[in-house]
Formats: sequence, C-alpha cells, structure tokens
Amino acid sequence: MPMHSPAMLQCLGCKHYQGFQQSQMAQWNRSGYFRSSGSRDVNPDLEAERQTASFSVERLTTILDGGADNTRTRRAVEAVIHSDPGFSRENQYFQSQNERYEEAVRKAVLLKEKMHQMGWTEDGPETKYCYRALGGDLAFNVHRVFKNSILALGTDEQIAKWIPLADEYHIIGTYAQTELGHGTFLRGLETTAVFDISTQEFTLNTPKISAMKWWPGDMGRSATHAVVFAQLYIKGKCYGLHAFILQIRSLRDHSPAPGVIVGDIGPKMNFEHIDNGYLMLQNINIPRENMLSRFSQVLPDGTYVKRGSDQINYLTMIVTRVQMLWNEVIPMLLKACTIAIRYSAVRRQSKLNPGDPEAKILEYQTQQQKLLPLLATAYAFHFMNAYVNEFYNKGYTEIKQGNFDSLPELHALTSGLKAIITDYCTGGAEVCLRACGGHGYSALSGLPFLYTKLPASCTYEGENTVLFLQTARFLVKCLATVHSGQPIPPSAAYLSSVDSGKCQAWTKMDFLKPDIYAEAYRHRATRLLGNAATKLQTLVQSGAEQYEAWNKCTVQLVQAAKAHCYYIVVKNFIDTVEKLRNEAEIQKIVKHLCDLFALHGIFSNTGDFLHDGYMSGDQMDMVTASYLDLLAVIRNDAVPLVDAFDFTDENLNSALGSYDGHVYQRLYEWAQKSPTNQQVSQAYASYLKPLFQSALSKL
Amino acid sequence: GGGAGSAARCCWHCRSVSLCEPGGGSRSVGAAAAAIVMNKDLRRERDSASFNPELLTHLLDGGAERTRRRREIEALVLNNPDFQHEDLNFLSRSQRYEEAIRKSALMVVKLREYGIADPDEIYWFKSSIHRGRPEPLDLHLGMFLPTLLTQATLEQQDRFFMPAWNLEIIGTYAQTEMGHGTHLRGLETTATYDPATQEFILNSPTVTSIKWWPGGLGKTSNHAIVLAQLYTQGQCKGLHAFIVPIRQLGTHDPLPGITVGDIGPKFGYDEMDNGYLKMDNFRIPRDNMLMKYAKVEPDGTYVKPLSDKLTYGTMVFIRSHIVGDSARSLSRACTIAIRYSSVRHQSELKPGEPEPQILDYQTQQYKLFPLLATAYAFHFVGAYMKQTYHRITGDINQGDLSELPELHALTAGLKAFTSWTANAGIEECRMACGGHGYSRCSGLPDIYVTFTPSCTYEGENTVMMLQTARFLIKSYTQVSSGQLVSGMVSYLNDLSGQHIQPQQVAARPTTVHINDPASLVEAYKLRASRLVEAAAKNLQAELNRRKSQEDAWNRTSVDLVRASEAHCHYVVVKLFTTQLSEINDAAVHAVMNNLCLLYALYGISKHTGDFLQAGILTDAQVTQVYQRVKELLAAIRPNAVALVDAFDFHDNHLGSVLGRYDGNIYENMFEWAKKSPLNKTEVHESFHKHLKPMQSKL
Repeated sequence: MPMHSPAMLQCLGCKHYQGFQQSQMAQWNRSGYFRSSGSRDVNPDLEAERQTASFSVERLTTILDGGADNTRTRRAVEAVIHSDPGFSRENQYFQSQNERYEEAVRKAVLLKEKMHQMGWTEDGPETKYCYRALGGDLAFNVHRVFKNSILALGTDEQIAKWIPLADEYHIIGTYAQTELGHGTFLRGLETTAVFDISTQEFTLNTPKISAMKWWPGDMGRSATHAVVFAQLYIKGKCYGLHAFILQIRSLRDHSPAPGVIVGDIGPKMNFEHIDNGYLMLQNINIPRENMLSRFSQVLPDGTYVKRGSDQINYLTMIVTRVQMLWNEVIPMLLKACTIAIRYSAVRRQSKLNPGDPEAKILEYQTQQQKLLPLLATAYAFHFMNAYVNEFYNKGYTEIKQGNFDSLPELHALTSGLKAIITDYCTGGAEVCLRACGGHGYSALSGLPFLYTKLPASCTYEGENTVLFLQTARFLVKCLATVHSGQPIPPSAAYLSSVDSGKCQAWTKMDFLKPDIYAEAYRHRATRLLGNAATKLQTLVQSGAEQYEAWNKCTVQLVQAAKAHCYYIVVKNFIDTVEKLRNEAEIQKIVKHLCDLFALHGIFSNTGDFLHDGYMSGDQMDMVTASYLDLLAVIRNDAVPLVDAFDFTDENLNSALGSYDGHVYQRLYEWAQKSPTNQQVSQAYASYLKPLFQSALSKL
Repeated sequence: GGGAGSAARCCWHCRSVSLCEPGGGSRSVGAAAAAIVMNKDLRRERDSASFNPELLTHLLDGGAERTRRRREIEALVLNNPDFQHEDLNFLSRSQRYEEAIRKSALMVVKLREYGIADPDEIYWFKSSIHRGRPEPLDLHLGMFLPTLLTQATLEQQDRFFMPAWNLEIIGTYAQTEMGHGTHLRGLETTATYDPATQEFILNSPTVTSIKWWPGGLGKTSNHAIVLAQLYTQGQCKGLHAFIVPIRQLGTHDPLPGITVGDIGPKFGYDEMDNGYLKMDNFRIPRDNMLMKYAKVEPDGTYVKPLSDKLTYGTMVFIRSHIVGDSARSLSRACTIAIRYSSVRHQSELKPGEPEPQILDYQTQQYKLFPLLATAYAFHFVGAYMKQTYHRITGDINQGDLSELPELHALTAGLKAFTSWTANAGIEECRMACGGHGYSRCSGLPDIYVTFTPSCTYEGENTVMMLQTARFLIKSYTQVSSGQLVSGMVSYLNDLSGQHIQPQQVAARPTTVHINDPASLVEAYKLRASRLVEAAAKNLQAELNRRKSQEDAWNRTSVDLVRASEAHCHYVVVKLFTTQLSEINDAAVHAVMNNLCLLYALYGISKHTGDFLQAGILTDAQVTQVYQRVKELLAAIRPNAVALVDAFDFHDNHLGSVLGRYDGNIYENMFEWAKKSPLNKTEVHESFHKHLKPMQSKL
C-alpha cells in the first residue's frame, strides 16, 4: 500500500553530502531564525527546566543530526520554508479533505519552484529537511516511487523516455500495485496484461471488482500515468507479475483515458492531503515498449526473455522501508514526546504537598512512567539509524557487485525493525495524546494528527505481523545453521553463544550495567526462538505438514521475532553510548536513557525473564527499583532532552508543545480562528430558533 | 440448532435492507439487490455455528422480551426517513454538527410522541438515531436536566425545568476550565455576591479560568450551569453551581459580558460543539444559584449543605455507564473485524490451495478472539455495575451510605480498566483489518475516535486507578489492624494475621487448575492480594523514609496502579465466571465457557511475571497456559462469526462496509468511494489551479 513515500528513495547516502553552500547557510545563524515565537518571553516553568540541564542541548542536537554541518543545513532549510507564508500550516486542522488535497498540490508545486530558486536538487541534502519542515504535507510522494520503479525496472531507453518528463512534472505518476482484494500476497494480484502478437500490444484489464487497484497515492485526482503491476499472459500462459507504464488521464484536459475508471477512495483516518485512488481498467491497449523490461522482456514474436536477477527489486523495497522509518515514522514519535513533555512541564494540576502550589504534572510518577520510557524509546530508535545505514550501505555495495549473500539478512533485519518501530511509535504517540488530558484530544495539540497518521505505517510497506514472521523465518534458518556448525549472519550471531542460564545481578545497581541487561535480552531472544523452533520441529515430526505446523507456531514465532528485534535495539543503544566516550555529560544522560529503555522492557514483560528461572523474584524487584529510580533522574533533563530534537514551532504545529510554553493563550487564540467560530451555521436558524422563540415570553 | 436463530436474524437484518449502507443514508436500489445474496463465506460460518446466537442476544439484553422491545424501538428509527442522511464521513464538521442538531431536535419530539420514557429505552432510541456518536444535546439531557432535578429548589425547577424539558432552554454543564480538569478545587471562575443588588457577579479572571470543553456550549446552548468559587461577605465558600444565561433569546447572540464559542476541531466528536466560555462581570440574580443544599441569604449569609456525598451518585452512574460503553464499542469493533476476516482471503497456508480466509491464521485469531472474549466479559461487568448502582442508590435514598465508598472505588477502577482495554482493543481490531481498516469506510476509525476520550473524561484513568488504590490500601490497613473487610476486597481478609512473605506464598502448594474458571478466579485473587500487599509495603517503606504522606504516595503510584489493575482484572474474571452459572442452554454454555477460559488464560499469559513471581503458577503451568490459549483459539474459531452476530448490531448502527451483515464488501467499498467529496467532479479544480499552470511554466 504505497500511500505515500516521504522523500523516499532518494539515495540513502544522503549523509554523504558535502557540496552544500556553506556561505548561504551561515546567514541563518541560530539566533536569527530562532523560532517564530522567539520574541515572546518563555513560560517560567519551561525556563526553569532549561536552566538546570545537565548537558549542552546544542551539542546533543548536532549529535542527533549527525554533525554540526547537518544541523546548519537543516536550520537553513527550515528558515527558508518557514519564512514563506505559502507553506504555512496554521489552517491545516481546520481544512476539509478537499482543501487539504488542494493545499498539498499547491505546496508541492511551490516547493518545486522554491528548490529551483534556491539551487537545491532533489537528491541533495536539503530535500529531506524540506520534507521535515513541511511535516510531509505534500502531494506527489508516490510520484517519486513511480520514478524510482522506472529507474529500477526500466531499460535505459525507457528511463531516457520517461524520467525527464516526470522530473519536470510534465507527467505525474503513481505506483499501482495493491488491489482491493490483495495487498500482502502479491502473487494473488488479479490485474492482467495479455500480449497480442498481431497488434504488438498488451491489453490490460481489471477483470473483477476485487482486482481494481486501490490505495495508490496521487492516483485519485492527480496522476496522468501509472506503473501498473499485472499478471503477464502470452499465448495463454501466465508469466507472473510484471510492471507496465500506462497513461490514465489526458494531458490536455485531465479527463480519464478511454477504458479507465479512476477516482479517490474516500476519507481515511488521516492522509487527507493524499488522493489515494482506485483504478479500473477495461481493455486498455498499450504498446509492447511500455512493459518495464530491464529484467524481463517480451519479444515481438511473443517469446518471453528473462535476464539477470530481479532480486535487486528487494533492495527497492528495503530502501523504502528504511527511509520511511527515519524520515517519517520516528520523527513523529519525537514530536509527540516533545509536545507531551513540554506540556507536562507547564500544566499544573492537583497538589503534591498540602499548602504548595499545584504541581507540574511531570512531577507525578505515573506521568513520568508514561512519558519518559517513550523518550528513551525515541532516542533508541533514532540511534538505530546509523546501524541500519551502515548495514545497508555494506549490503548495497555487495549487491551492486552481484553478490546477493547479505540480502536475506538485510531483508530480515529491516522487516523486523520496520515492524517493531512502527508498532512502538504508534503506541507511543497514543500514550502521549492521552497523557495530555483533555487538551490532547484537541486537534490544536497536534497529537491527534500525529496519532492518526502513524498507525498507517503499521500496514503500508508490509503488514507488521507478516514482517515479523519473515524475520522469524530467517531466524529459524539461522538457528538450524547454528546447530549444523556453519557461520551465522552477524545480526543473529548471538544465537550461538551460551549463557549461564541465570542472571548475574546481586544488587539493584547491577541492573544499570549494560552487560547484565544485554545478557538478559539475549537470553530471552534465544530462549523464545529455541522454544518456537522446537515446537515447530515436534509438530512436523509428529506428522503435521510443514505449512500447518508453521501456522500453529506463528504466535510464538512473532514473539520470538519481537524479542530478537528488541535485543538488537538494546544492543545498538549500548554501542551508541560507548561511542560517546568523548562527550562526558552527554554520555551520562544518554546512558540513563539506555538503562531506562532496557529496564522498561524488562519491567513490562517480567514473565519473559522469570519464566525458566533466568531471573528470580528478588531480581525482578531490583529491576523495578532501579527502573523507578531512573524515572526521577531523567525527569530533571526531560525538557532539554526534547529540546535537543530541535523541532521548530511551525514543524510541531501544536498549541501545547510550542517552545515558549504559552499553552493556554495559544490554545484560546487559535480556537477562535476555527471555521465554526468564523462562519455562520444554519443550525441555529433552522433548528434551534423555532424552539427558543417560545421561551421569549416566559423568561 | 442455529437454524431458528439464523432465520430470526436474517429477518431482522433484511427488514431494512435498503438502509444497510454505512451511514445508512441513501436508499440505493443496488445495495438492496446486493444485500439479498449473502457472501458464501459468511453463510458457511453461520451455518456451522454450534449454538443459537439468538439465545445469546437475549442473555446480553437481559431477556427475550427486552430484545424484542429494543428491536422495536430501533425499527422506529430505521423506518423513519427523517432520521436518515448522507454518510457522515463525507460531511464537514459544520455539516455534521448541523445534521446532529436536526436529529436531536426531532428525537425529542419523537420520544414524546412514542411515549418512550424508560431510561434504557431512551438510550436505545438515542443511540440508534445517533449511531453511538455523541450529539450536541448530550449535556443538556445528561447533565443539565438531571442537575436541575437534584440540585434546584422547587421554585427554581418551576422556572427552569419545563422550559428546559421543552428545549426552550438548552443548557450545558460548565465545569472544566482550560487550566483545570482533574483538580476541581483549583477551578478559578468566581461568583461574588453583591448584597446591594442581590446578584452574583461572575468572572473568568485569567486565561486558564476560561471554561473549556463543555459539550453543546460552543454553538447550541443558551444557558449553562456554571461551577464557580463562591465569594460572599469577603470569604470563599468553595465550588457552587449557578444557572447562567449565555445567549440572547431571539437572536442567539452572546449576552454582553459573555464570550462564547467552539474550541475547534478534535480527535473525533465532530458532531459535538465543545465550547469555551469567558465571563466578564456578568451578573445573575441571587436565585440563579442552585440552592437545594447550600444557600446564600439575601444579606449574603452563607448556609452550609447537610451532606456533600450526594453528588457522588451522578459520577458513579456516568462512570458505570462508561463500563457498558466499553463493552458496546469493543463489540462493534469485533463484529467488523471478525466478519471482515472471514470474508477477506489472503496468501496461502497450504501451497497450491486457494487463499484462505484470514481468520484461519493463528496470528489473526490471537489478535481478535481474546478481544471478543473481553467484549463479552465487559458486557457482564457493565450489567453488574448497573444492578449494583440501582441496588445501592436505593439504599442511599433510604439514607444508607455504607456501601458508597466501595461502589465509588469499584466504578472508578473499572471505568479505567475497561476503557483502557477497550480502547486498545478497538485499535487492534482496526489494525487487524490491514489497509482497509484505515479507510473510514471500515467504520473503525470512527468507533475509535468516538470512544477514546472516555479514557479521559469523567475522571482521567490514571487518577481513577489511584482512587481505587486508595480504597484498596485503606482496606489493607483495616485488615492489618485486625478488622475484616467485605465486598469485592474481602480476599484481603485472607492476609489477616498471617503476615505472609512472598517466599511463603511461593512455597504454598500450587493448586490452580487451568481448565477450571473457578480455580482461575482464585489465581487472580491471589495475584491481586499479592500486588496490593506489595504496594502497601512499598508505601510504608517510603513513609518510613520520608515525612510527607503525599510524596510517599507519589513515589509508590506506579505500584499502586498495578495493584488496582490486578484488582479490577480479578473482578472481571470473577463476574464472567459467575455469569456462566446463569446460562441454561447447554450449547451456549459450552461456547461461553471457552470464552471465559480464554479471557482468564489470555490475561495470565500477558502477565505471567505476576503469577510466576508470586508463586501462583509454576514454569510448567505457564507453558501449559500458552498452549491452552492456542487450543482455545482453534476451539472458538468455528463460532466466531455467530458470536459477533449475537451482539446484534444493525448495519446502520455499525456504519461499516467491512462489517456488513451480508459480507458483500468489495462492491460496496467501490460504491462508497464514488460518493467521496474528491470525486464530486471528474476533474478536480486543483488541476486547473495548480497543475496546469505549472506544466505550462516548466
């Protein structure tokens, strides 16, 4: 379901950019652009939080950005975007689906002009920062997927023909894979492309209602062209799925091409700015050259030729997943944490001690327990980026050289991480929403927007349960390899290590030692996978067919895959802390976050660690004690830790999360701009007035 | 035999076949034709059910006669074209508000015309009209009128009640302020008595004191009951309620001194005009203060109320209603997800075979069936709460308040426990429907956003859990000092005098039988008592270390919430188990027994740490629990569709293409999408405005 693809598929190597214009950036120094609302004084409650920071926020920001140069570029881009009123998002929450779509198209066009004007190129470093600054509120994201699929699957001639047109928006493309009846199971897609030797054309059809293409972004209203996936038939024989380029709307008046029924699939939980569409094809003929033919071709006489391996396709999928996580999904959790934590430092409610003023809600242990583990999670996921990038770049180089050995591992790793990260980010944003009391439910808090947008990521680019099971399949294979004594892929190498079977902690302080908790996670991952694999084997040995045995173990296998992914994230967090050895203050606070992330995972799943006696009840009590102690420690740096994410107010678009903390004033002023207060409603005149009239005489 | 049941249901559902679209608006002929043919997967599911769902529907409704009457009332709505309208998903917020107001005004007329007066029957009527959504008159009917009845003097009732009953006055209940929700004593609105004019002067002295959130305040109401700090003779007398006119009769314009409006878009609640209200030296006559209990004499003398516990009643009532609402909302979500999962086919289980129904995947069953069991469990809890409320309030009216603290503690915790669980469950159902669940045609986003706020309103859930914890700790302290406690906490008596250490508990012989619901109730009981004890001991340890009671409480609150959750979980398992003994039909009993076991065992499997650490279950038993859960999934699978059919939601009320009774989803998704606002014109105007100019420029 490629609903959207944020700045997607621009090469992952963005981090390697060097050539941006330093001189131009220099003029946007921090104080110059610093937050549109910077002129206001800051709420003293927030100010107090910032004055006691144990570390330099600016330093942490540059670390999170991957270097001071990146921070500079990002801020420069944000300054350009935010200073243009054409990009304002102030009215976003008040707009209808129609208006949101129109805005997204308008902004995409405006951005194109702006980038041209600034000399920013699409594969330059600024693009992803533009996307960040605009909160993804742009049309034509799937247009990018359209282009990338041509680049990946097209011949050189096809690329030369289509890409320049697409680059200039002379055509707008979409990527039509998912159908009404099929998403996960690609082989089941029902759209057909039948080759006719006499006319040298393919005839495309969506033969039944469930075959209709459904969900592709940019399709509903915008696209003129589509890359369509269909089952290829030659002389009555099916050759499986192939990609075809076809025109779906007129370039003259935008009306649907003959035989094409196309439209918008209607309102969704979010993504109102995207025109996800449907597409029905009735005997559409396209020339033979319109099949994307880098890896397989149909010759004029109907001969089907396959060349090379199209395994490289998997790479496209992997890049899409990886980019979606770091450009779209994880930032939303960071934003939600920023909003909820700043608000919790400003909102006062009830009294902790009689006679004192009402306490900041961040002082309540239950509030800390909701938000601070999420803050730690946000950091944990953010730090996964470097690891995955490294892994990916290494694999990418090998694959380019024709060595596909690392593909299964890369695929398994990114599948599992995609699933666990989208799961936790979605859950996390909801916790943030609910942690803000009533005001969290106001659209103006920005949280409903984040929360309703995130869950889509659990489904598109691979349904999470399906992805966990793919990771599990890989792990089960690795385990078999361990037993046969062969070398194991690095990310699963731990499966061959042996532990003592008992947690080695004696005091609660021991649980602040990374070795101790890393070992606990490793033990859990190994045990759960081992149990699932044994069960699988037992079922097969007792006569069950392989598929049946697999289905009966899937609940366990998903648990094992989750435990594996969690271990990878914990391990990477620990490694990140170690690498900060030259940043004493920052290392200290990040270590606290790492400890909290790890202990929260144990505290929330005590049974996993108690079962089989790896930990004792006493040890679990120590975990709880250490965990609760950490909440109080991190609480002191909570606001600086979200400040370090360095989101502008425009970017957060939240009355509760703004940098200056003037929550109530902003909420009040913004609400008055709501159309419900600006426009006359017929409700009074039509329905209420007749009722009230009769009271006039009586009151 | 499912035969008779199927026929009955079929009748019921096909009766208004032409309305079987989500949103139920247009009476399209195409849909009617399609609805006659039931999807073959769903038909097979229904034919193979092992019990008669009609009997289960009666059980949920509280008797066959009540089922009949409920359907009769729902038919009054379904068969009245004036209650139909365009699919709300395609309307703007203003339009949705307007539709809601139109239906609400008509609803009040029809209630009287039909003579519907019983509270349950009013509820059926109302929720059928508004399809489970909030509406602008909710606060008028649910708070303004009842508050007049309970807190107004007879003279005040004469002045306000009948006009309000006739909707000449529409009122709201303005308590929450921008800066204050949970902590009522912190409310800042003031009402200062001026003996010279015999008036109260109302003020919102700060931005944070602006009334914020009350439903119906934004656009609808012309009066509000305002809670304000009463000042008279220079002294603050605390919070009191005042009837405040806010809009001009005749023009509906805000009165001078009143600033009022809508608080803007929200997460759901599009039909509701939640509002703000700011008052600047706004004067109301002395007799606009609700004075049945507290009074201010003309000279400004303040007369104290006799008892302040009476206001508990409304709170308890509304919270126990949320428990029932948790059950209903989760049931709707389960109905949609389970029907869709038996119609949707994807991937392959066995190579070479047709794609299976996604309900055949173990992971899908594991997502949905525990939720189905939970929905049933919460139904029974809701029914119990309602009965208990009526029983105890009967006592209150006779002056016996002895059970009030327990009732209050129980409703607070169960409100939080059930709304949290249902909220997560609805979302899980939506996720289980893949991409299509994300479309609003699934109805699931709507159920979700409508339900979620109940985690916050009428008592923020964490705060509710801590109120229950306070009661549990109090009971524990009583037991420790040798007194016995009664009711749902009586298990704490077992701790009395034994000074059990966790180790000793662990050493106790394990007697839990995982196939026996009664034995599982005991296991949950042990878990609750162990967690209450642990929280109490941690609290004591903090008290020994520090001076302040409040600080110690705060530092133990994570433990306290856990204890409350364990207590509530025990109550739910216990009530579900109790319900089993009241089912006479053997086939229904068998299927409900499985659901009850699944509910209890799934809960254990999600909290194995608690059971292991307390020595309630052994490692081997926990492994058995995991295994048994999976066996139960397989056992429930053949009855899954019949179990959601028994909830008996009309298609109109479900508002879901994916959850349609007839299962004809794909063609109806297409029909639905074609009505989307973006499809109003074949070429969207933005093409001419933005795309075309750019293409010519480049």
